[in-house]
Amino acid sequence: MAEYVVFIYDHEEDWEAADPDTYVSTLQAHKQFIAVNGASIRGGNRLHPSSTATSLRATGRGSVTVTDGAFTEAKEVIGGYYVIEARDLDQALALARQVPAPFGGVEVRPVLPSS
Amino acid sequence: MDPSVTATIAEAHRREWGFVLAAAARITGDLGDAEDCAQEAFAQALTRWTSQGVPANPGAWLTTVARRRAMDLLRRHDQLRDRLPLLLGTEVVPAPDATIDHAPDVPDDRLRLIFTCCHPALSPDARVALTLRLLCGLSTTDVACAFLVSEPTMAARITRAKKKIAAARVPYCEPPASELRERLDAVLDVVHLLFTAGHTAPAGDRLQRRELVERALHLARMLHDLLPDQPGPAGLLALILLTDARRHTRASDDGKLILLADQDRSQWDRAEIDEGLDLARRALRGRPPTRYALMAAIAAVHARSAQWRATDWVRITKLYDTLMQVWPSPVVALNRAVAISQAHGPEAGLEALRPLNDEPQLVGYHYLAATRADFLRRLGQTCDARLAYHEALTFAQNAAERAFLEDRLRELDGLEDTGVVQNLGHAGGGAG
Repeated sequence: MAEYVVFIYDHEEDWEAADPDTYVSTLQAHKQFIAVNGASIRGGNRLHPSSTATSLRATGRGSVTVTDGAFTEAKEVIGGYYVIEARDLDQALALARQVPAPFGGVEVRPVLPSS
Repeated sequence: MDPSVTATIAEAHRREWGFVLAAAARITGDLGDAEDCAQEAFAQALTRWTSQGVPANPGAWLTTVARRRAMDLLRRHDQLRDRLPLLLGTEVVPAPDATIDHAPDVPDDRLRLIFTCCHPALSPDARVALTLRLLCGLSTTDVACAFLVSEPTMAARITRAKKKIAAARVPYCEPPASELRERLDAVLDVVHLLFTAGHTAPAGDRLQRRELVERALHLARMLHDLLPDQPGPAGLLALILLTDARRHTRASDDGKLILLADQDRSQWDRAEIDEGLDLARRALRGRPPTRYALMAAIAAVHARSAQWRATDWVRITKLYDTLMQVWPSPVVALNRAVAISQAHGPEAGLEALRPLNDEPQLVGYHYLAATRADFLRRLGQTCDARLAYHEALTFAQNAAERAFLEDRLRELDGLEDTGVVQNLGHAGGGAG
């Protein structure tokens, strides 16, 4: 088995404009996803909006600059993630397809095992 | 070095490389390792076949040696435990000394290999490159040459794709039945792209690249043999055969492009046409009709017409209408406009072309300007036609196609802009 991280990318502005029903139904969809696939899920969380992010970037002379906001400027930012376990990419993609992301999509990245 | 042995090995390389590599990959679970094993098998063949003679079944010999090598590799790396998950669901690894032939009851590993090479998680460029490199055994130099990119660029593209396959664990297996059609479409697209790149080289001074056409034909035939009940491969094979049947008539002796309208149909390849027509009929029975079955059906109308004048343009237009529903694309819409101009006149063709002029996907596509130029020329609107030919020339990069467009421009030089419809119907249109 191998581990993958599923990053959930969402359009934050669309989320802000969304009605309460969308929040409720998406939350429900996540609960459903976890209930169905619990055996394959190793972890995961929802994140605060990217306005709360702080980025540190190496300047190349041993120091870092600290900036407010997400690391790369984009309309779609990471809003949450799951760590999943799968036999191969096809199985990982089959799980990722079920991850709710109404205003964006997900990115699947294989984890490089540390040992 | 015995030249007959060298020739046998070259032939075996062309026909068997995909078999040998795919068989090794089933054991190693890693395409890079499998490539090494296949290379090793061919290297051993060179010395063994020279000293001991060519075996009765060269393909089986090569496959057995590659498998044995794969088993050695697996033991040496002691990677059995790590890689077992990828091998689960496959049958027991054969004993190293087993002599397994490509008997029909042995599941064909090439299908797994092509589904891996054409996995949707890989970039389309990488799919084509991997298919040529791993399934056809073309060298990186040849793959780079086929797609007119530098060798380092192509080498980097292939390396990157192989790394992704290993790191992300792109599985080495056939897709489940529920995904087969979608995944098969990705495979067919790769083979079709190979064919079109060979049929009309995107640039350069040769109109065709035979080696690519032959590889595409070989792969389409393989897919049809392995999946005979699927209409997709049957349609693609039919399309390739029916299009390739015209190869000897598409250019004059001095390399000039000859349009479908002016080709000597008695020189078309009858054997390819007969096989293609039969396959096209069978492919069109699938419901809903696949993209390639419809394209083959269109090619079949041309193949059945003894002369350009006899072409059933109304049927072709209808087939394009259906194709637009199955596979809506600006290029299909462009070809549909050509068919309409033949069925209902250049004015109707121009009308069908109009929505395409702002199509972002067709920016820089010289066939759009060339088609508009042809319609305008047939309508006698010489000035506008001339402008359109010039526009086409700024984008066309194949020498034979450029020469054709320049000839058309010269023909217009003597003509006044009459705006009068002249010589309707049989003058042009339709790329060869």
